[in-house]
Parts: sequence; C-alpha cells; structure tokens
Amino acid sequence: MTKSVHKGQLESPVVASLPTLLNEAGIPTTEMPAVKGAARALSIDSRFWAKAASVMAENYVRWSAVWGEHDSPNILIKAVFAARDGHVLLCTSVQETGGVLPSQTPFFPAANRPERTLQDMFGIRFSDHPDQRRWLRHLAWGEDQFPLRKEFPLAGTPQQETPPDCQYAFIPAEGEGLYEIPVGPVHAGIIEPGHFRFSAMGEDILNLEQHLGYVHKGIEKCAEGRDVQGLLRLAARVSGDSTVTHSWAACQACENAVGLKVPDRALVIRAILSERERIANHLGDIGACCNDVGFAFALVQFGRLRELWQRDNATVFGHRFMMDVVTAGGVTRDISPEHVALLQKSIVQLRKELKELIPMLCEYPSLQDRFRTTGILSPHVARTIGALGYVARASDECWDMRRDAPYAPYQNVTVAVPNCKEGDTAGRVRVRGEELFISLDLLDSFLSNMPSGKISADFHAPQTDCFGVGLVEGWRGETIAYVHLDSNGTVARYFPRDASWLNWPALEALIGGVIVPDFPLCNKSVNGSYSGHDV
Amino acid sequence: MFHVLFKSFKTGCLTEKLPPRDESLDQVGEACREEIARLFGKSMAVRMVDAGSCNGCELEMHAVNNGFYDIERFGIHFVASPRHADLLLVTGPVSRHMQAALKRTYDATPSPKVVIAMGDCAACGGEFGVSYASCGAVSNVIPVDAVIRGCPPTPLQLLQGILEVLKAR
Ligand code: SF4
Repeated sequence: MTKSVHKGQLESPVVASLPTLLNEAGIPTTEMPAVKGAARALSIDSRFWAKAASVMAENYVRWSAVWGEHDSPNILIKAVFAARDGHVLLCTSVQETGGVLPSQTPFFPAANRPERTLQDMFGIRFSDHPDQRRWLRHLAWGEDQFPLRKEFPLAGTPQQETPPDCQYAFIPAEGEGLYEIPVGPVHAGIIEPGHFRFSAMGEDILNLEQHLGYVHKGIEKCAEGRDVQGLLRLAARVSGDSTVTHSWAACQACENAVGLKVPDRALVIRAILSERERIANHLGDIGACCNDVGFAFALVQFGRLRELWQRDNATVFGHRFMMDVVTAGGVTRDISPEHVALLQKSIVQLRKELKELIPMLCEYPSLQDRFRTTGILSPHVARTIGALGYVARASDECWDMRRDAPYAPYQNVTVAVPNCKEGDTAGRVRVRGEELFISLDLLDSFLSNMPSGKISADFHAPQTDCFGVGLVEGWRGETIAYVHLDSNGTVARYFPRDASWLNWPALEALIGGVIVPDFPLCNKSVNGSYSGHDV
Repeated sequence: MFHVLFKSFKTGCLTEKLPPRDESLDQVGEACREEIARLFGKSMAVRMVDAGSCNGCELEMHAVNNGFYDIERFGIHFVASPRHADLLLVTGPVSRHMQAALKRTYDATPSPKVVIAMGDCAACGGEFGVSYASCGAVSNVIPVDAVIRGCPPTPLQLLQGILEVLKAR
C-alpha cells in the first residue's frame, strides 16, 4: 500500500543506480553504447519487459515513451524512463511474426495508448494489456496491415474513400438518467479534430473517453528515406505550436547520433527560440482560458501581447512561429546586435505589462470563481499517469529537464520551476503565468551573454548506421525524438513523442464531476496537441 | 474592476489599416462588403475545418480575430456549425481519418457555399503529400473555390486572401 502513496520526485533514483536495481531483481542487462543521447541504454530479454517496468515503478522512476523499429525478422522495442537526473533507454526485441511482449501498462497507465499504437503500427501483441482495443488505427488501412513495417509502402493501398470510424467500442454509459454526448471530430471552435464521448448525469460529467487519431498523417513513415534536411522540415510540422521544440529534439537526436558538437552561439539562439515559443503559447492560452469563462478582456489583452511577440519573431527570425530556424548543426539565422536590442526592449515591455495583468487575473473574483476547484488533477493521479509540463507542475509534480537533466545551454543558467498542489484550472493558469516571468528572465540572461562565433557546424551524415535520442523541455513538457540514420545518410526511422501523449489522459482524469459547460475550459487549460499526438 | 477598465482605456483601439496589395484597402473592403451583401446578405459566417493540419494554420486563424486584425469589422465571423456557415475554411492535408468528416461537413453546409483551402498543406498536401494516411490537397476530397498559400499564411495573407476570393466571385 505504501508504494502507491504520492512521493516527490526526489524519491527517484539516479540513472547510475538503475542497472544495479534491475540486476538485483534478476534482470540481466547489457549496455547499448550505439544509441547516443540518453544517459544510459540497456538491453534486456523480452521476457523481462514487464518485470523491468515493475522494478522501475517500485522505485518511482517515471515512464516516458515507447516505440518500435522494424528490423526483419524482428521488431526492436525501445522505452524511455526518467530517473531523477536523466533518462534511460530500455531496449528489447520480439519476432515480427507472432511477437508478444508482456505489457508495461499494469505498472504504468501512461504506457496504455502507446502500446496499443505499437500493436496497430507493427503488428506485435502486448499480453496482460488491460485494453485490447486499437488506438491510432481507424479504418484507413486494414487490421492486418502495419504501416511502420518496412515492406509497407508509404503510399499504402488506400480505398477510394475511407469510411468513418463508427464502430469504436466506447465504454457504454448505462443506468437511469445517464446519457452520452458525442462530440467531434469537428468541434465548435477553431480547434483541431478529435472525438470525445461524455457520459453525463444532469450537468455533471461522469466519464470522458477520448478517441484520437483523426489527424494521423503518417509522419513517421513519411520521414523514412528522407535526408536530414527533409526530416527536419517534417519535424518542424509535427505540431505547429511546438515547431521549435520538435525541431530541436530532432536535431539533437541527429547530432547525438553522429557525435556533432553544436557551436555555443547556436545553442543559445536555440534556447532563445524555445523560450520565445513558450511565452507565445502561454500568452495565447491564458487569454483563451479566460475567454472560455466569458472574460473577453483577457482574451483581447493577451491576444495583443501574443501578436506583438509574434511580430518580433517575424522581424528577427523571418517567421511568426520561427519555423525551420533550428537546423542540423545549429540555426539558420543569427541575431544581429540591433535585433538583440529590439528583443531586449520587447522583454522589458512585456514584463511590465504582465506585472499589471497577471495579478489582475489572479485576483479577479468572478474569474477565479470559475477557475478554482474546476478540473482537479490530484498530485497522486498526476504522478500515476506520468503527466508532464505545466499540467504536472500544477499538481505538484515538478519535472523540468532544463533543471533536472539540463542540456546545453541550460546547464549555464538557473531554471526556476513553479508549482502548486491544487491541480485545478486556476493552478494551471497560475503556473503558466509564473513561467512567463521565468522565461523572460532566462531570455534576458541569454541575450546579455551571447557567446560569439559560428551559428552552425557542418552536418555530415555518417557512412555507417547511427542512432540518436533528443530530449527537449518544450512549453508543453518533456519532448523526445529518436532518429536512426543509415549508411547512406538517409532516415531509417524517426519517432517524435510529444508531451501530449501523457497529458491527454490527464484531461480524462480531471474531468469527472466537472459540469459539461466547463469542459472547453478544462480542455484549454491542459491544451493537448492533436497533431503532435496523432502524427 | 477599476483596473480592468483602466487597462482597457489605456490600451485603446488596435485595429490597423491593411496595407494594400493590388488596390487600396478601402476598395477591397468595400468590394468585399458588397460581395458579401450580394452573396450572403449582411455578413458572412465562416466554419473552420481542420482536416489534418499541424495546428499552425489554426493559430493564425485565431490571430485574425485579435485586436489588430479583427476580421469581424468586415462582416466576417466564425461560427460553431457548418449549418450556420457560408464559407468553409479548411486546413491541413486531408488525413484519411478525416475524409468522411470533411465530406459530411461540406454536405451540411447550405448552398451557396464557398470553400477556401488555407495553407500549403490544404493547397497541395504540403510536406505530407499523399500517402497511406493522407489524401493530400483538400481539392482531392471536396470542391475548392480558392487556395491561400503559406506555411502558415500570416493573418494578413489570410485576411487579404479571403477578401480577394469574395471579390472574385
Ligand atoms: S500549411 Fe504549414 S502551418 Fe499549415 S497545417 Fe500545413 S504544415 Fe502546418
């Protein structure tokens, strides 16, 4: 029983102790030095896949991601776990025909959908999985077709018309006075598509089930066979609002794979881009959350600040979202001294306005009345489902790679990580408000200490197969990319893992007891990416 | 409350004149109003459909509603249902999983209806092209009246694009 009690992140062991923990539990491990980027890569026998997860869970190691790679006649499986000071890659392999792995879901609910996705995309099975329904696959391709297998052509064999996916087996709502509300995939607002199935009693939501996958556009398959530049154009479009994050993660993965050192100036510019992306999204979302409870004043004010911020992006980086600026080996744009001055000036201005606006929101009674106690994600549940980013921080789970497992240039600065325990919408909005000020401070420090020198190093694709992992703390939270480059320098496998994979279940978990009209507010306060999830 | 009023007062009016592309804005705006009057009555209702985008296009669609562009001043507003819509603004390459939903949305929109494909993906499939998971351009799935290029189109490009489409009809 004690094991299920919420423990802080400090309970997690350090990476260095994990091989011993696994070995002591009777799981032999082999180091896999070929995969670069994670702190450790360990290979284990597939029989121990679930047992390894149970050891990790007992020791408060967090589950992060799992993906596959077809290497006929096997499917190679890699899972990422987060320890206190970094990430560990656990690797194993199963046969492509009839391959079965013991599921990690019983120990980590976060593994539920990713494992079902592996079943859909690779045709292996997870035994002891509590939910055998498909996840990413609708009806665009057959049950016995597996798009991420090597022999499956990118073009597939599509039908003239893909039928709507009407047979997905939602958990039925049964009982007197209970009814179901289907919503989506086309929603009422300017928003991405997905389906939500509510069961409700009167105004209260009893249960929410998500059915995603509507914007699956085959990014992983599309990446195969591209050169690195082509890969990065895709990575920048995994989720438009996180274009810097995914570009950086993919670049890091490629650079780690070939062992390329990126110039210091380029790294600082990347961090500037990344913090600017965080600020733009927080500004937009804080305004949108307020608008969802009818407080249009904040929508107008934050929309104004976001617009001004994006215009500066366009002036300095040539694109309002800074798309395609992060590139393999560095960045494509330098920041001139005049532009440094311009950015510094806009930071002063934004900080001044936020000092006025944020306290105003936090004190405004009719706004806080709607935010407080709405959509509570308890710290225990946040930890159990492995929530990330501001969603986790508002529920007292304060992982932040920039502080805990810093990548360059974050090892040179102090990153404050705000948190609170309430886990409600008010908390999520407040944490994001605090993150704005922290990012502004970071930007100040980066801009006033810009290293001189080149903004990119030549990226040469290797003559041999190489493998790299990229890990970046995006504005939504921990973001992962895995890249395998083959001996021709082309992409053999690209896997992006957006933070949304772990935060979509948070929305299901926090919505119980919320009234139906407050759903858009709760949804916005979590703001999962559909595109980043469905890829 | 006082703070809110004071801040609003200090912020003032943000809407800007659009820089002209071919003709002066006044002309485009006027022509647009006339076209809207001719085609739809007093105003035009827009329903957005994300058929598979990366969400970049959606963010700029939000931006045309901010204080600087305020698309509503031209009589153009976003609505919650295709049944209320005169114009469908469609983004993304059409994912195969969204093919049926997009068609149904199109069918649910009353005639006369205008369809604009917004962004490079909607125009031609963009980076994603046609694949096992993507139908590519919006015009591969429903009839399209005009495209607005860009990845994503800026709010200004979007606004001018919509105005020109109407003018041309
Ligand atoms: S055009 Fe660009 S911004 Fe728009 S959906 Fe496509 S990739 Fe995203």
